[in-house]
Amino acid sequence: MATVQAHVLVDGQASGSALVLPEALSLWGGLDPETGEIIDRRHPNSGEIVTGKALVLPIGRGSSSASSILLEAVRLGTAPAAIILAETDAILALGAAVAREMYDSAPPVVVVEADVYQQFYNGQSIAIGENGVISF
Amino acid sequence: MTVELTTRDQAMLDGDLGAAAQMAMRILVTMAGVYGAPRLLDIESAHIDGCLYHGFSGLEFARKLLAGGAKVVVPTTLNVGAVDLLHPEHFRGDAETGRHAQELMQAYVQMGCQPIFTCAPYQSTQRPSFGSQIAWAESNAIVFANSVLGARTNRYGDFIDICAAITGRAPAVGLHLAENRRGQLLYRLEDIPRHLLHEDVLYPVLGYLIGERSGSKIPVIEGLPPTTTEDQLKALGAAAASSGAVALFHAIGVTPEATTWTDAFHHQEPEQIIPVTLADLRVTLTKLGTAPDGKIDVVALGSPHYSLDEFEQLMPLLERYPPHPDVEFVVSTQRSVFAELARLGWRKLLKSAGVKLVVDTCVVVTPIVNIQEGVLMTNSGKYAHYSPGNIGLQVIFGSLEECVRSGALGYVWRDKGLWESGDLGLETGSASDSQSSQ
Repeated sequence: MATVQAHVLVDGQASGSALVLPEALSLWGGLDPETGEIIDRRHPNSGEIVTGKALVLPIGRGSSSASSILLEAVRLGTAPAAIILAETDAILALGAAVAREMYDSAPPVVVVEADVYQQFYNGQSIAIGENGVISF
Repeated sequence: MTVELTTRDQAMLDGDLGAAAQMAMRILVTMAGVYGAPRLLDIESAHIDGCLYHGFSGLEFARKLLAGGAKVVVPTTLNVGAVDLLHPEHFRGDAETGRHAQELMQAYVQMGCQPIFTCAPYQSTQRPSFGSQIAWAESNAIVFANSVLGARTNRYGDFIDICAAITGRAPAVGLHLAENRRGQLLYRLEDIPRHLLHEDVLYPVLGYLIGERSGSKIPVIEGLPPTTTEDQLKALGAAAASSGAVALFHAIGVTPEATTWTDAFHHQEPEQIIPVTLADLRVTLTKLGTAPDGKIDVVALGSPHYSLDEFEQLMPLLERYPPHPDVEFVVSTQRSVFAELARLGWRKLLKSAGVKLVVDTCVVVTPIVNIQEGVLMTNSGKYAHYSPGNIGLQVIFGSLEECVRSGALGYVWRDKGLWESGDLGLETGSASDSQSSQ
C-alpha cells in the first residue's frame, strides 16, 4: 500500500473504490444528481454511477453551475465519496465547500501530482485521511 | 496557504456579524485557499446568478442564509431567474418547481438584492466604473464588465457570488489584479470584408471562434473598427463565454485597456498569433447551427437581454416582415427596457405583431417556449450554443434580418451576400465609418 500527500482543496476523510475518468467532466449536463449517473453521452464513462466512489478525474469542465449539481447530489445522497483531481478545480471545490456547510457531509476534494495521478485505476481501494494523506 | 484576514474578516468568521456572514466568510476563506489568494479585497458591487433554480438544495442554501440574517453590504443586482415574475403564466415547467423557483428569486430580494433579473446588468442601473473591483456572476456579464467597462472580476458563480455580496469581500487573485489582465493571444483579422465589419452578425460568430480557441487565455483582437458598438461587443463576449471560458478580451483601439497594442500586451509579445480569415468565420458559422435551412418554429432574440438600441433596429424590420402565425416569436429583455417599450408605444406594436416579450428570464434557462421539439432560429451565439442541450430544440443561426424575414415566411430566408467576400480590406477607422458610430 502506498501513501502520498495530496494538496487539499476541501478537507475531509473518506474512502471508496476508484472510478477513473480519462476525460474532464462537466457535472452540469454531465451528472444526474437524482441517480448519480454520468449522463454526458459524449463522455467515455457515460452510464457509470459515481455514488460512493473515489472519483478520479483530470479536472471539471464548463459551467459554474456544476457546483449546484454537486450540492444537489450530496443532498440526494448520490455524490461521490471523494474527488481526486490532477488540477485545481474551483467550481467542484465550491460545491463541496457549500455542501459541508449545508449537509455536514461533503466529499473531500484534493489535487495530486501527475506521477501519483497516473497510478490510479478503476476498482482500486482509495482512502483519504486527515490533512490530505491518501492511501491506496 | 493561510489567508491573511483583517479584523473585520476575522469578526465575521467568528460569528460576530451573524450566522449568515459567518457562513459566507467561511466559504470565502476556503475558496481563497483553493485559488491560492493571500488575502481578500473589498468589492464595490455584486451580480448574483444563484437566483436561478437548479434544484432544491439551492433553495435550502438561500433559506439558510436568510435565517442567519443575510443582508448584502454592497449594491447587488440579480441575474435571470427561472420564472418571468411579471408574466408567470409563461412558465411551462411543473407547478412545484415554479413555486420553488419563485421563492428562490424572492429570497435573494429579501437579502437586499435589486430585482432587475437580467443577464445584462451593465445596460441597466449597474454600470461599474473603470478599474473598480466587483464580484460578478453570469458569464456574459463577467466578460462585458472586464472587457468593455474595464472593471475587475473573476468568474464567479452560484453560492460564492452571494458570499461576496454579504461580506463585501472577494479573494485577491486572478483578474482582480492588474498584472493578470495582460493579453496573451493575438487574433488578427486578415481578409474580413469591410461590409461585414459593420454587420452585427459578425460579432457573435467571431466571439464563438475566439471562445473555442482561447482556453483560459486572454484573447486580443486586432482589426475591429473603432466604431464597434457596445451591443456588438456584448454579442462577441457572450458567444466567447459560451463556446469557451473567456472572462476578458481586449480589442485594440476599441476596449479601454487596449488603447494600443502595447497596452493590450503590457509591453510584451503575444504568446501566439492567430490569423482569422473569412473562411475561418464561415466554418464557425456552420458550427452555430444544428439544423439545415428549412422550416422554423421559433424565432428567439435577446441573449444577452435585448437593449433599447436593439429594439430600435428590430421595430422597422417587424413592420415590414411581421411573424407568420405558426412561428413563435420571442424576445427576452430586462424590466427597464420593457418599461421604456411601453412609454414609446412599441409594446403595443410588438403585441399586435404577435411578438412574445419575456422579462426576468430567457428561453434557454427555463421552459418558456411552447414547443419541446422543433427548430429555433436566433441571431444570438449564446442561444445557438445552449438551445439544443438545454431545451432540446434544433438551432439555425442568422443575422437579425435573416431571423425576422424567416419568421415572416415560416422557413429560412438568407441574405446571400452577407458572408461573401466583396469589398476586401481591413478597416482602418477612416472618416467614412463615422455614420455607424454610437
